[in-house]
Amino acid sequence: MRFGDKLGFCARSLLSQRTRTLLIVLAMAIATAGVTMLTWLGDSARRYVTGQFSALGTNLVIVLPGRSETTGGAPPLLGETSRDLTLDDAEALLRSPAVRRVSPVVVGNALASVDGLSRETTVLGANADLLAVRHLELAMGRFLPSGAEAAAPVCVLGATVRDQLFPDRVPLGEFLRLGDRRYRVIGVLATGGTSLGTDLDEVVLLPAVAAQALFDSPGVFRILIEAVDRDAVPRVVSDVEQTIAARHEGERDVTVITQDALSSTFDGILGALTMAVGGIAAISLIVAGILIMNVMVVAVTQRRAEVGLLKALGADAATIRAVFLGEALLLSALGCGAGLLCGQGASHLVHRFVPVLEPGVPAWSMGAAAVVAVGCGLLFGTAPARRAARLDPVEALSRR
Amino acid sequence: MIELHQVSRRFEVGGQVVHALREVDLVVARGDYVSLMGPSGSGKSTLLNVLGLLDRPSSGRYLFDGEDVTALDDDQQALVRRVRIGFVFQSFQLVPRLTTEQNVALPLVLAEVPLAERRERTAAQLQAFGLADRGHHLPDQLSGGQRQRAAIARATITRPDLLLADEPTGNLDKHTGDDVVQALEKLHDDGLTLIVVTHDQALGARAVRRLRMDDGRLEEGAA
Repeated sequence: MRFGDKLGFCARSLLSQRTRTLLIVLAMAIATAGVTMLTWLGDSARRYVTGQFSALGTNLVIVLPGRSETTGGAPPLLGETSRDLTLDDAEALLRSPAVRRVSPVVVGNALASVDGLSRETTVLGANADLLAVRHLELAMGRFLPSGAEAAAPVCVLGATVRDQLFPDRVPLGEFLRLGDRRYRVIGVLATGGTSLGTDLDEVVLLPAVAAQALFDSPGVFRILIEAVDRDAVPRVVSDVEQTIAARHEGERDVTVITQDALSSTFDGILGALTMAVGGIAAISLIVAGILIMNVMVVAVTQRRAEVGLLKALGADAATIRAVFLGEALLLSALGCGAGLLCGQGASHLVHRFVPVLEPGVPAWSMGAAAVVAVGCGLLFGTAPARRAARLDPVEALSRR
Repeated sequence: MIELHQVSRRFEVGGQVVHALREVDLVVARGDYVSLMGPSGSGKSTLLNVLGLLDRPSSGRYLFDGEDVTALDDDQQALVRRVRIGFVFQSFQLVPRLTTEQNVALPLVLAEVPLAERRERTAAQLQAFGLADRGHHLPDQLSGGQRQRAAIARATITRPDLLLADEPTGNLDKHTGDDVVQALEKLHDDGLTLIVVTHDQALGARAVRRLRMDDGRLEEGAA
């Protein structure tokens, strides 16, 4: 029997049992659509998160004081922070050709007050380069000064802080009291500057030196570095480690985190989650496969006489196997195709309501779903097909 | 063309051995027209199934055109059936979802005959059996006689050497039965070897050579 004839024979058999065919195709379609939809959701979430990270700048390198490592033996279990990072350390890092900008960050809390209004706020000490490194935008005024004025008693307000402490007036030129010091307001940040867990709407920015003076501490919370480009990031990491070691008497007592490492961690977690969800959904594909097997077992029983006839007409065992297996494969392929279309359609539909999730089921997910679906058809279609081929023709024909 | 030597077929039913064929010897020449009669359970159908390679003898030898076909494996036997043997059944055995045309063409499909030739031969066959205007009808839209004629058209479309008919008129009334018998006898006139199993004395008597089976044994000449 030629391939086209087999296909036609199987197709006619499916068409002659429309309801049955439709139901099985529906089951397979739902299973396939489920797998592709869930993996698409997982994958979209992953792309969204990693996209957020790269919006911060994939060239970002973060230096933290201290290093978690186990040295020597029992006592320092979690390692130790031997030296603080200083503003001079930050300055020294600029000498690496792979580094474009450096912004040391000092963090503390202080009571901010204006004319009797007061609130507890987070205070970030930084320099002029923070604007570029963190991709911030100003709503008004200017950002922290650089050069000779770098220690001036000025501040830039987060949007919420500005709204609460200077309601209904332009704060530029006004004075803000932090603790027992006064700072002139020179700018206000645009809203929406959330990054790495810090809501920049809720902060007051000071020059790093001023912040250190306010908190009376020489240490730096972390140093943000922007590499000249993405490829320079490994170079920056090694330069940072060498520079710090040279300045800290041979101790590499800092932890260097790259944006890539962070985002690839999230990438890994969400990727694994996607696979897990997809795997659970794939169980429904197997269930649909078992349905196909059930239908084919019934079909073989119902069509015993036909099998007997085909044998009498000279069909060999391989032909009979192919005809029944082909029917199972056709069922699973039709269902899978319909499911893939539904999955794609649904992803576009969801995208209309949740624009953050990009439409389009990833190709690997569709490929995997198709392979599993058709594999199920093959796996569960084989046993009934073999049973049909093994029927004794005399017995098969004698049943009326 | 057909030689059976000491062919026996035993079944085991519920622990008891049933002898359907007991050491049957038979020679059928090319072009013979043989009727096979006998009471129910005498082994007629079993003999027909053995002759048609649907069943294997428990012992003995079966030579088809000088070739020992009992030694062939299942797929080789399938090939012999496909090319050289046609079957006609009492219950027609048309595939219900296929049109008359598709049913008649089925052996050509199995033999992988090219589409154009298939169409031509099928059309000619439908014409020859008076089914030219029934090609696109499904079996349940045909009368009994038309169904059996379609079945005969199917059985002979590959131009086999041997046609085996098991009660071909058993499900038909007298008139349509005669119709079918005429179709079969016309094929015999054209040189086909015809073996007909029947209960119908009149049909049995029309054969050139009459065989009778009783309790697994074959007797020549009884009408």
